[in-house]
Amino acid sequence: MEKETCTFSYCARPEVTEVDCDLLIIGGGMAGCGAAFEGCRWANPKKLKVVLVDKAATDRSGAVAMGLSAINTYIGENKVVDYVKYVRNDLMGIIREDLVYDLGRHVDDSVHHFEVWGLPIWKKGDDGFSMDGHQAREAGKPLLKDGGVPCRSGKWQIMINGESYKVVVAEAAKKALQTNREATGMAQNHFERVFIVKPVMDKNDPKRVAAAAGFSVRENKIYLFKAKAMIVASGGTVNAFRPRSTGEGMGRTWYPVFNGGSGYAFGMLAGAEMTLMENRFVPARFKDGYGPVGAWFLFFKAKATDSLGNDYCADKEYFEDAVQRYGDYAKNLGTAIRNHLMMRAMKDGRGPIIMNTHTAMAEFSKAIKEKLGEKEGAKKIKHLEAEAWEDFLDMAIGQASLWAANNVEPDKVPSEIMPTEPYLLGSHAGCAGFWVSGPGDIPGTPAEWSWGYNRMSTVPGLFMAGDVVGASGHKFSSGSHAEGRLAAKAAIAYILDNPNYTPTPNKSADEIAAELYLPFELYEKYKTYTTDDNVNPHYIRPKAIQARLMKLSDEYFGGVATWYMTSKTMLEEGLKKLELLKEDCQRMAAKDLHELLRCWENYHRVLSVEAHARHILFREESRYPGYYYRGDFNFIDDKNWKCFTNSVYHADTNTWEFKKVPYVQIFQ
Amino acid sequence: MPSYVITEKCDGCKAQDKTACQYICPHDLMTLDREKMKAYNQEPEQCWECYNCVKICPQQAIEVRGYSDFVPLGASTIPMRGSDSIMWTIKFRNGLTKRFKFPIRTTAEGSVDPYAGEPEPDYSKIKEPGFFTGPARKE
Repeated sequence: MEKETCTFSYCARPEVTEVDCDLLIIGGGMAGCGAAFEGCRWANPKKLKVVLVDKAATDRSGAVAMGLSAINTYIGENKVVDYVKYVRNDLMGIIREDLVYDLGRHVDDSVHHFEVWGLPIWKKGDDGFSMDGHQAREAGKPLLKDGGVPCRSGKWQIMINGESYKVVVAEAAKKALQTNREATGMAQNHFERVFIVKPVMDKNDPKRVAAAAGFSVRENKIYLFKAKAMIVASGGTVNAFRPRSTGEGMGRTWYPVFNGGSGYAFGMLAGAEMTLMENRFVPARFKDGYGPVGAWFLFFKAKATDSLGNDYCADKEYFEDAVQRYGDYAKNLGTAIRNHLMMRAMKDGRGPIIMNTHTAMAEFSKAIKEKLGEKEGAKKIKHLEAEAWEDFLDMAIGQASLWAANNVEPDKVPSEIMPTEPYLLGSHAGCAGFWVSGPGDIPGTPAEWSWGYNRMSTVPGLFMAGDVVGASGHKFSSGSHAEGRLAAKAAIAYILDNPNYTPTPNKSADEIAAELYLPFELYEKYKTYTTDDNVNPHYIRPKAIQARLMKLSDEYFGGVATWYMTSKTMLEEGLKKLELLKEDCQRMAAKDLHELLRCWENYHRVLSVEAHARHILFREESRYPGYYYRGDFNFIDDKNWKCFTNSVYHADTNTWEFKKVPYVQIFQ
Repeated sequence: MPSYVITEKCDGCKAQDKTACQYICPHDLMTLDREKMKAYNQEPEQCWECYNCVKICPQQAIEVRGYSDFVPLGASTIPMRGSDSIMWTIKFRNGLTKRFKFPIRTTAEGSVDPYAGEPEPDYSKIKEPGFFTGPARKE
């Protein structure tokens, strides 16, 4: 295909704004907000400029945009080392224990701040029952930081009234950025509705990122943010595999539909080393609405069974087969293995899989009435019913509506659960991401796991936080905030240590504008060639890119179409097709700024899926049964593969480098 | 479930400095038709149904209709977000109605002072574990 270029012969030339700063934070979700809160405090006395750029409105951006009903990582009365063991078990034995331990010893400070800023956290009442955040305040219950007792739904989880969780956390971040404006005299340092497309490398040091290039989603404007250090905090990849709902319900993803793989793509294009990109997460959730099951399992003690009432996790045949293939990992019944056993039952026609909400509620109600009597008990049960609905209304409102539309009252009838399409992420129960420097002070850590600055990638000055940090899952919202803080503090140290660095982009602003606006140029150039601008042989619109990506990832890389099954031959065939799609991305066309956003998001999805598929190909075993299977190596092979799988993408030559990195267990 | 805008109620936020739903949507879906001066969801199949447009609309002109590929008609979920709590009204297809009220925050909006009472950063500890607020937990 002939290479197209943008000379602004057809589309309008955008205005170019260059922003000089010391620390650039890309993404305004939990990690980005944490980075702003911590980073500005260290930056202000030194008059270092901190800038945060967000493709959405920070009040409601990122994975917590809708709200949350629980904070899943709060150490509290537990031991950090037990947190490490829990994460290691759930992620099938391979994690960076230095990173996970470091997270665990810091995370509670973020949770304590959320509560002070105004997040209502449930407390345990004197009668042993839960109180919501307002009841607890009225009853004079102390804050967590002053010894208040949270309402645990599991060992690590605490319940919250989290409708405005993100609004509260964003308020602190925005105020922090304001203090930085006051300290430095910068007119603006918080850019909303600006989408970062790619890194621009340094002319004098090709290993460094000099700038981040992006565009406004609201006006014809290109941005070039030049910075001495950057933090990538722009989330995982969603809607890259064909989802189970392919009509309007395509948007009802479990993880936020607006996570377009931009964090992964940015680091990949900068040449940062990745780790465990083969990892993915396939949550089992309430069918179609993807409402959370955690509170039902952990708080209400509901049981999931096959449609005949059997506990599929206790099925002898399935379990013995799992132990034979996956060894002791199967015995621990982590999330992946429970998924695997559920899938076995479904494939044998024992579905639908049922969450027995009705029996759980009945048992709960009976216990309450026995304890409190009929009248007081009825009041508590009403509170309990509200708590069950709040679980959805705080974080998956569509699930509440789906129940209402089907006349489902959870105390009367059970509901179906189902494994979803795959998701790439590193902060929830997954660990796909970049290989970063650890804190360096934890005894037993290999020396080469730390290169001076916590959470810095292998690219000097490029830091990672949240979903894009690899081998360190189960951070969730609070851990992502804490990790943003760790990265920001280290990034400020890096900036102070390198005062003479002046970022010098290796491309002119005009060249960058031409790259970013190429989809506009192509659309304008060719749109009248056909009578319908949707069907045109000269270009590809963003919806078509996404549809092609979803279809091939689903069919070749272990999506729902093959029950998460793939193999060397499948992967290689799919990668050939993906390469052609990547080439066709040079022919993306956009009719407006919204489509330009979608074009580049989908390009980011393509890149992150390529990393995912190549990593699955490299790891010749099935480390994550229940998430994906290598049909040609359907077992866990600790002898050869209990290791990290690291890769680097060379964007200039479109080539990949892979290696194994030994796993080291730090905590016994 | 894709959000929809009720024609009669939407005034295009003409009295405001920006279109509220367009400002808040995390996925850049809500947009303003400048001829009609009415907002609409430009890509319903990408809607996460986060309800942020519904909650922020000053005219209460935005509601949500279930995803057409799996939600039967006839139910509705309507929030009323106040300054410290939110009220939900859930109407079932069979007419059953449930109402819930939940806290959303314990402080006044805009009152967060992130560094009030916090220590100044100690640069001698910038490369040690811990935040500016204090050392990391030890066991």
